[in-house]
Amino acid sequence: MTSPPAMTTARMPSGLFRHRALRPPRQLVPRHSALVRVTHWINVLCFSLLLMSGAQIFNAHPRLYWGQYGADYDHAWLSMDSLRSDGHWRGVLHLGPLSVETTGVLGASKDGAGNLQPRGFPSWLTIPSYQDLADGRHWHFFFAWLFAINGAVYLVGGLLSRHFRRDLLPTKAELAPSHLAQEVVDHAKLDFPKGEAARRYNVLQKLTYLAVAFVLLPGMVLTGLTMSPGLDSAVPFLLDLFGGRPSARSLHFIFASALVAFVVVHLVMVLLSGVWNNLRSMITGRYAIEVEGDAR
Amino acid sequence: MNPDVPFRKGRMTPFQARRRWLTTLAAGAGTLALGGCDRAVEDRRIAGTLANTEKLTLASQRLLLDHQPLAREYGERDVSPVFRANGSSMPASPEYARLLQGRFVDWRLQVDGLVQRPLSLSLAELKAMKTRSQITRHDCVEGWSAIGKWQGVPLSQVLDLAGLKPGARYVIFHCADNLAETKDDSGLYYESIDLLDAYHPQTILAYGMNGNELPVAHGAPLRLRVERQLGYKQAKYVMRVEVADAYAHLNGGKGGFWEDRGYEWYAGI
Repeated sequence: MTSPPAMTTARMPSGLFRHRALRPPRQLVPRHSALVRVTHWINVLCFSLLLMSGAQIFNAHPRLYWGQYGADYDHAWLSMDSLRSDGHWRGVLHLGPLSVETTGVLGASKDGAGNLQPRGFPSWLTIPSYQDLADGRHWHFFFAWLFAINGAVYLVGGLLSRHFRRDLLPTKAELAPSHLAQEVVDHAKLDFPKGEAARRYNVLQKLTYLAVAFVLLPGMVLTGLTMSPGLDSAVPFLLDLFGGRPSARSLHFIFASALVAFVVVHLVMVLLSGVWNNLRSMITGRYAIEVEGDAR
Repeated sequence: MNPDVPFRKGRMTPFQARRRWLTTLAAGAGTLALGGCDRAVEDRRIAGTLANTEKLTLASQRLLLDHQPLAREYGERDVSPVFRANGSSMPASPEYARLLQGRFVDWRLQVDGLVQRPLSLSLAELKAMKTRSQITRHDCVEGWSAIGKWQGVPLSQVLDLAGLKPGARYVIFHCADNLAETKDDSGLYYESIDLLDAYHPQTILAYGMNGNELPVAHGAPLRLRVERQLGYKQAKYVMRVEVADAYAHLNGGKGGFWEDRGYEWYAGI
């Protein structure tokens, strides 16, 4: 990769913050292509709204099953139950053999008027806030289409521009156990790459982004499509791939949960490794790195 | 300033103030967004735009379903031990009670509308026609699935017997159950499908379930099975099959009981 012309910020007028003069010289390097930036933010919008409308749809039947069928009389591996005792609602989460009292959050939570109501996810997590499966579906399908088109643009564009190969595919050396272990230790110490090394994703980032872009997000689309009886007759292979519609619904939930976990870690990492620099790079494309061999 | 102060620490201070400001801003925006979501849901223009997704879904699924592939058929051992009954489990009308008491001997299926020969078919006459048996999955819009064995007459047989008139586009099913429990007929269950689904080989008018007579809770004496769509399309207690060029004149104008209440007419997803 040829080095692009760098803008050096080191000798900028000190401006508001005098200590800027103490900073090591920094240069802004191109970090994210327009393709990555645009699809990233569309994805943020879609994922947020899909998650919330998905929680609304889940609430219509807050139970998950494995296999070809699954309804009220069948064994659910996860359920958010609403129980009535002493005149008020109680929420209990059943996860395999576990039962957890979750009143206030899962199974039973307060409505706008402050009364405990039976519902899977609470109203602040759903679109609309009140129970309305039909509206939840409208929102979900609209943003599902946008999400799928956006994802397709990203995948095709990423292949054509060699983004995946250049930026995301780990090298053999990076995958060496000793290197991986070192990266994990560095991450745990919040010791982020500096200088030239900060130009590239580290191997943990590469593996995580690959898993998100090539497993979890396509998995969301495919498990979602498997829940469509129309698609199931057009592409019956989907049912074999996921082991039945109830299984696909369970996996849809699990993949979404994994994506929520990813987003949480992603946001924490963005905050810890320089929120403005990261935000700037995802908006303007330019990322500041310290000029090697200076300061520190 | 002491140059030994860690670079990171020095950089953070003014940014922390800004970060706090941003956090407040984000929290405010979040609150607005949350309150705004309900307002957005209720905005007619937004709702209209989102509802248009159905056209895209229908067009793309029709592209894939043009060759009329069958819905998956399962084996006897895949049948749900208990098939959940949903919606009405007993129509409330005195007329239905009378028919049920007479074991549906007096029941007749009316076939009318844009047909050459309006029909009035007894259960025995329907059972004497060509039958089809299928073990299929019933997918409720709520998210649960149940597998059952259905036996009935292909809808195409009934339509061919009546003979479609030019202009026929939809088949409308008028049912005996008043799901909204209104005093007039506006709460009566009804559904509609187009001719592509009506002539699909697995689209049957079922009178048998899991090897027995169709139970009352599942729509006795006759229910629709349109296997590539969700549960609410599977009209129960079918009394009349109307062939029409449109469904907009009926009740809410959206082509079905749940469609009139916001659900998609095309329920293949």
